[in-house]
Formats: sequence, C-alpha cells, structure tokens
Amino acid sequence: MRQHSIVRRLLADPASALGAAIVALFVLAAVFGPALTPFDPNQSIYESVRVPPSAQHWFGTDHLARDVFSRVLAGARSALLLAGGGTLVAVLFGTAIGLVSGFRGGWLDEVLMRFFDALLSLPALLLALLLLGTLRAAYGESVSAIGRGLGVFLVLAVVYTPIVARVVRSVALGVRGRAWVEAARLQGERLPRILLREILPAALPALAVEAALRFSYAIFLISSLGFLGVGVQPPNPDWGLMVNEGRRNLSQVPWAMWAPAVTIAVVVVGANLLADGLKRALMERDLQREKDA
Amino acid sequence: MSAPLLELRRLSVAYGGLTALREIDLSLQTGETLGLVGESGSGKTTLALAVMGYLPPEGRVTGGEIRLAGRDLAAATRAELRAIWGIELALVPQDPFTSLNPALKIGAQLAEGLRLHRGLTRAEAQARAIESLREVRLPDAERLAAAYPHQLSGGQQQRVLLALALSARPRLLVLDEPTTALDVTTEATVLDLVRDLLAETGAAALYVSHNLGVVAGRTQRTAVLYASELVEDAPTAELFQRPLHPYTRGLLDSLPRPGQRRAAQPLAGMAGRIPPLNDLPPGCVFAPRCPLANEQCHAERPPLEEAQPGHRVRCHRWPEILAGTADPAQPLTATAPALARAAEPLLQLEDVTVAYPLRRTLAEVLAGQPRPAVQAVAGVDLQLGKGRTLGIVGESGSGKTSLARAIVGLAPHSGGEIHLLDLALPPDVQQRARPLLAQLQMVFQNPEEALNPYLTIGESLSRPLVNLLGLRGPALAARINELLEAVRLPAEYAARRPGQLSGGEKQRVAIARAFAARPELLVADEPVSALDVSVQASILNLLHRLQDEQGAATIFISHDIAVVAYLADDVAVMYLGRLMQTGPAAALFKPPHHPYTEALLAAIPGGGAAGVRLAGEIPSALHPPSGCPFHTRCPHSLGELCETETPPWQATANGKQIFCHIPPADLLALQPRPEARP
Repeated sequence: MRQHSIVRRLLADPASALGAAIVALFVLAAVFGPALTPFDPNQSIYESVRVPPSAQHWFGTDHLARDVFSRVLAGARSALLLAGGGTLVAVLFGTAIGLVSGFRGGWLDEVLMRFFDALLSLPALLLALLLLGTLRAAYGESVSAIGRGLGVFLVLAVVYTPIVARVVRSVALGVRGRAWVEAARLQGERLPRILLREILPAALPALAVEAALRFSYAIFLISSLGFLGVGVQPPNPDWGLMVNEGRRNLSQVPWAMWAPAVTIAVVVVGANLLADGLKRALMERDLQREKDA
Repeated sequence: MSAPLLELRRLSVAYGGLTALREIDLSLQTGETLGLVGESGSGKTTLALAVMGYLPPEGRVTGGEIRLAGRDLAAATRAELRAIWGIELALVPQDPFTSLNPALKIGAQLAEGLRLHRGLTRAEAQARAIESLREVRLPDAERLAAAYPHQLSGGQQQRVLLALALSARPRLLVLDEPTTALDVTTEATVLDLVRDLLAETGAAALYVSHNLGVVAGRTQRTAVLYASELVEDAPTAELFQRPLHPYTRGLLDSLPRPGQRRAAQPLAGMAGRIPPLNDLPPGCVFAPRCPLANEQCHAERPPLEEAQPGHRVRCHRWPEILAGTADPAQPLTATAPALARAAEPLLQLEDVTVAYPLRRTLAEVLAGQPRPAVQAVAGVDLQLGKGRTLGIVGESGSGKTSLARAIVGLAPHSGGEIHLLDLALPPDVQQRARPLLAQLQMVFQNPEEALNPYLTIGESLSRPLVNLLGLRGPALAARINELLEAVRLPAEYAARRPGQLSGGEKQRVAIARAFAARPELLVADEPVSALDVSVQASILNLLHRLQDEQGAATIFISHDIAVVAYLADDVAVMYLGRLMQTGPAAALFKPPHHPYTEALLAAIPGGGAAGVRLAGEIPSALHPPSGCPFHTRCPHSLGELCETETPPWQATANGKQIFCHIPPADLLALQPRPEARP
C-alpha cells in the first residue's frame, strides 16, 4: 500500500511522470535494444555513407556508414549497465559505511568522513581521470572491453560511495539517539540488525532520491569519459564516444553527433526529474503521515 | 451585573469538516480570571485563538459571536483587529522558545510593539520596554533588553512574553498554557507573577490550561471543554469541590493528590479516548466514556443548564448527581493488594558518576589540558529492594534521566559502581550479556519515538522475546497475544504499525515490550508526561498492576512530585546531579524536608500560594556551585558554611536522609505543616 501511494503521488506530477517515462524507456531500450536494432551497430553499410535522417535511417548514418539509430539504441545497454551497476555498488558500499559511521560515531566516523571529504574535494571527472590513468598504468593499454568496463565501474563506485555514505550517515546520526533504537539495544539486538531494521528504513527515502540522482550523474560521467577517450573504446557504441567521433565530422554528419548528445541530455534530465519527483512524493507522504498521526 | 467584557454567544468554529467548537456560550467580566481547561482535542486552544482573531486559514467561525466590550470580533476586519490587538487584547503564547524572534534583541521586540500600538518614539519605546521588563520582576532589565532570546532561560523568556503582552495595558489577556514548557519551580514563580500583575493592571484573563492544578488556585471561574463542547462552567472552588459533570469528576480523580498512596487508593483512569472531531457522537459527546450514560445520553444532546447559581453543566443526569443519587466516578479497576515483600537488595549504586565529555579546542589539546566534562550525575549512592518502587524527582538538569540511563547502560557511568544482585554492571549496554539485559528494561518518555515506526506492533513485541527469552513459532505468537492482553489492547493490534495508534496506546505497547522478558527492574523515565491527563491515570495504573503481578522493582522518574509520591515506596530528590534527600514516600509531605524539597512541594500546582519560591535559575552543571550545590537558591542558606563545605547526610525522625547543613530539628521549625488541597 505504501509503495502504491508513492508511485501514485509520483505520477500525479507531470514533470515527475515525464522523468519516470524517460527512465522507463531508457531501461527498456537497454534490455531489448540490441535485439531491436534495425542494423548491426558496428557494421558499415557501404551503399549509404553519411545519409541524413530518413525513413530507413532514422538518425542517419555516420562517417563510417553505420546506422546512428542502431548505435544509440545499442549504447543504452552499456550506459545502463555501467551507470546502474556503478550506482548500485556505490549505494551498497556507501550505505554500509554511512550506517556504521553514523551509528558508531567517535574516531571511526571522524577518520572515514575526513577521508571522504578529501575525495570529495576533487571534481568527480578529475578523480575519475586520475583513477583510470592509474589503472592504465597498472594494467597497460591492451585491456579487453570487459576490463575497460570494469574500470569505469570501479571508478563510479569510488567517486560516488563517499557522497552516498555522507547522506546515509547524516540520517543515521539523527536516528541513533531515538528511543526506539535505544530500546532495541536494551533488548539485545545485535549491531547488523539495529543498522538494517532500526536505522536503514529511516534512511530509505533519502537513499532512493540520492540513488536516482547519482544514476543521472553517472550517465553523464560515463559519457564524459567516453568523449575524452578514456572510457569505453571504439568501435563500441558508447554515447560519449559517439559524440566525440561525431564532433570530428560535424561539418559532414552533424546528426551523428547530435543524436547521441541529445539522448544523453534527455536521459540525464529524465533521471533528474525522477529524483526530484521521488523526493517530493516522499516528503508529501511524510507530511500526510504526520497529519494522520 | 455590568455588561461583560468578553461574551461568546453560541460560538462555533470548524476546520474543514472538523468541529472544533460547538455553540459555546461563555462570558467574562472586567478584571475576572477565567480558567479554561480541557485535554488535547477539546477545543481550548481554538477558543483562545478565535478570541484573539488568530484562527489559522482553514479555521472558520461557522456561527455565533465573539463580543469584546460590545464589539463583534468574529465579524471584524483585519484592520479593525489590528487596532485592538495589543491594546485591548493580548496573547501570552505557550512556547517561549519559538515565540520570540531569535534575531532581534529583547528590548527591540518590546519597543516595536509599543511604537506600533502606542505611537511612541524610538527612545520613549526603549525606555518603556526596560520599564516593562522591570514590571515582570526581571533583574538587570537594561542588560536583558540588550540580550538575544537564546541568552535567556525559559523562565526569563516567558517573563519577556508576559511583559510584551502587558506592555500596552490590555483589558483582556489570553494565556495559552503559559507555563507548560517550564520547570515546576519556575512555573510556580511565573504563575505567582501573573496573578500579581493581573491584580496590579486590572486586566481580565482567559487562562487556558490542560492542568487543573494550575487553574485551581489562580482563577475565579473555571470552564471545562470536552470534544468541542462546553461541558461545565462554575466558580473554581465549587467546581473542584462539587463537580457535576462526569468528565470533570473523572479529570479530578485522574490526579493523585498529595498524600494519596497507591496501595490505599488506586487512581481512577477514564476508559476510552476523546471522540474524533469529524465524527462526534449524536448525543452527549462524553456518553461513550461516561459511567452514567443511558439511552437518552447516547441519543440526545444535553442542554447547557444552570444547576446552581453561576454553575452551568451540560449533562442529562446532573439533578441526580447533584442530589447524590448517581455516582459519576469512574469504576476503579480492582488491584490486588501489594504483597509485603522482604526487601532483599536488588540494585545498589555506589558513588555513581555520569560525565559527558566536551570537545576541547586545538589549543587546549596542544596545551595538554584534560578534557572538560559536564557532570550530569555526581556521586550518587542508592539502594533498591526487590519488588520495591523508587521514585526519583527533579527538574530538568537535575540528572535524573542521566541516572536512569546509566542504570540501563545507555549513558555509561564514568565512576562508581552499579550492582544488580551481586553482579557489577558493565557501564555500556553493549558490554552487557543478554541474560543481564533481560533483567533491566526501560520505558521511555516519548511514546511517539519509543516504537520503531517501520515495524508492526507484533514485530516490536517479538524482539525481546526472541533475543532475550529465545521464543520461537507458536510460543512466540502466544506470548505476544498475552502481552497485548496484559496491556488491554486487542490482539489485532499485532498487525498494526505505530502510526495507527494513539499516544496512550503506543505507551501501552512500549510498556508491554519492557515487561516482555520479565525483568527484575524496570526503569520508567517520565512515562506519562507526554500524555493527556485522562490517559495518564490509566497508564500509571497499568504500570503498577504489571509491576505487582510480575514482582518487578521499578525506578520511576518524574518532575511531578505528587505522581512520584503516589506511586513510589521510597522517594529520592535530585538537584544538579546530586541527591538532596531520600526517604519513604509516606513521609515525603511531612517536614522536615530538604529546603529544595520544600520548594518543590510548595510549587505543586493547586497547593495554593503558600510556601517558599526559588529565586534564580539552576546553575550550569559545567561549573556547579561549591559547597552545597543548592546554596545559590536556598531560602534558608546559612551563608559561608553552605558556600564552602559539602553538607553532611543527616537522618530525620521520620526516616528521611537529608543532605543539608541545617539540623533536621531546625528545618522542622522553619517549615510549615502541609495544607490540604482544595
């Protein structure tokens, strides 16, 4: 019933509903996209080089005569896997660290949070470049596509864990002194159960909003890395990479750049709208609950 | 009789579909003080706001008139009201902490009103502001005028609000629970001040309170509201002596009186709760909870009738109650007489200290200075026998809650020892083994926070059973039902979440959870102070019934000395982290007392104006006074001896131990015999 009312509140707002629809479309594209692509995304179609958008090639073809629509569709999967997976890992680690740090407090909290402060003081892109550079130095240039994917994945986790941890910690800090948490300690609850059953539920709303927000930034960051050429490597259909390739041929095939660029923007804005809507819906629900009580 | 200053004629107020006030007829003469009592949901605050013209946007006067000196305020425009506010009509709000603008100096806040209402110049207003601070007996008025609200104590802030309300000499003062947020000894001094100022300025007052005791000694007439209805209105003394409405009677019986002991007279709690305001019963609003309700009461709304001159009551059965042929008292739930138990020692505290460390600045760390600490509890020795009840009384800052938390391990003690039976308790709850945890449980003050809002009631109750007793499966389910039954809640409640329960019901669940593992010792920290009066009595009864059934010893902590005296076998009085007095509850009201206890007893609302009042504020626990910690406020201080020497513990003839330099025989001569309450 509670989930239901959140979804209903979310969809009642046009902007949030639009955000939810965009994200849903994106997820569908990621799951089914590769099966639905009208052309092989990496195969040149020699009879149609640099054709503008048409009924056959919705987004046209690029300088290597590849179907841009198929490439954008195919790119959704790596974007979702990397952004979603990286966010998930960051949320898991961040939640665990945030709960322990906030509940325990003391020197452990102090050390963890100062370390995270240091990480957060670096711009996310700079930190990501630094980490990827280090990885490349360690593993060399000739790493498989999966290896590169794992690298991006790892970078996202490192960049976003501190942010998630801070959010969860601040909630845990506020809740740990509540009587119900103290009562649980008096009733002999063990630490993991106190963290997961007594404190985590209070952090879930903030966590849901944070996860949606991190996800949108993750797409943005992955695309940035792709654009800079340090993320996913050609010829894989990565949106950032496609924007970069398109940029070099902008005068001849502007659509090859615009299609992935607009897609990135739409998905990022959509995820942001969803995060905002989620936040609003959760706040409204809490207000309603207070009124009922 | 002259025309009344304030007259409410069939006043009705609604919030959307909620009836907040229903056809209230009430009048107030010039210079008269009228008490308005009721529980939350009774409509008393709405009435105060309606009179002020301060109803929130969703509130509407749906009928009737509010006449102030002949003018109808309900029909007045905002501009007309603005001309009346502050000059003819002023409000003293409930919460001093949120009612003053934190960004403005006290003097500026006072002067602003004077400039607006009285058209004074800046300098005149400032001078008058300082004068009005003096009028409310604030020492050092010039300095206070230049201070910000956060630099003042709660009592001082409430005086400033009083000065603010009185500065323009209003003809009617509306006081909305003016002392509810204050400590008892501060409350007593503020209430005395209000009474004196009203006499000086000749203002009439509408005194809104949930506390009958506060109203008792300070008003000429008292009106009782219940679920949007005015149910009774009478001269205050008469209302307390001969209440005609069963609800008023129930309210009076819910309060323990000084000297009442639970073994002899159980408290009469009222069954049920106030009806929802969007679904009021068709007949008398109190009928569902009334022991005298008959068919007529359930079907037909009683009229407000004058039973005696000046004594109006809205009840079908008042003639029988007046004649004494019907008894409106709530039936007492029979409690088995407490068994005489051998006072085998259970808990022993030796020199227990609880200190909260403070942060040092970097310079202090580098200079190697020791970490400063606030001593919340300093050197407390106490003993508690098996099955006994120890009451701990004290105001905020006395360390009573810290002591309770130290015993259960939530505020680890930093010095001394706590023994349960023969076992020294580890300070931190985390270091205590589960079998030990099962012996010590706690009921928290605020029922809203005591239960995890994300778990069902059944899940909450199952945790101590699983963890501490190892119950599983059907045995677990059976015990949960048993617990719900023991606290008089239906078994369906196991599937509900705390959000669906009332405050009193939540506290019942919290009590059930505390008793779940059959503890030897239960610590109850102000378990009823967040609840309505009519609910309080039933929770107190429930607590002591379970305690008797299970033979658990209890430490009962409260700021309310009457409640503690009623419930406890022994009473300890704390001030600034130290014990001031210990002794049997039966002797609590009989002198000699520690001077601080004397002041607490004198501050019991309804105890009349007699007795000592404490000057000043509780000193900071960071820098406690030397010698006797109470010497800065003691009315009987001996001077240098009290300021420099730690007092001795002295035994009195009636079994008390008193931490004071003054010999008990001298204290006895200084202190009055207790008076009977009205």
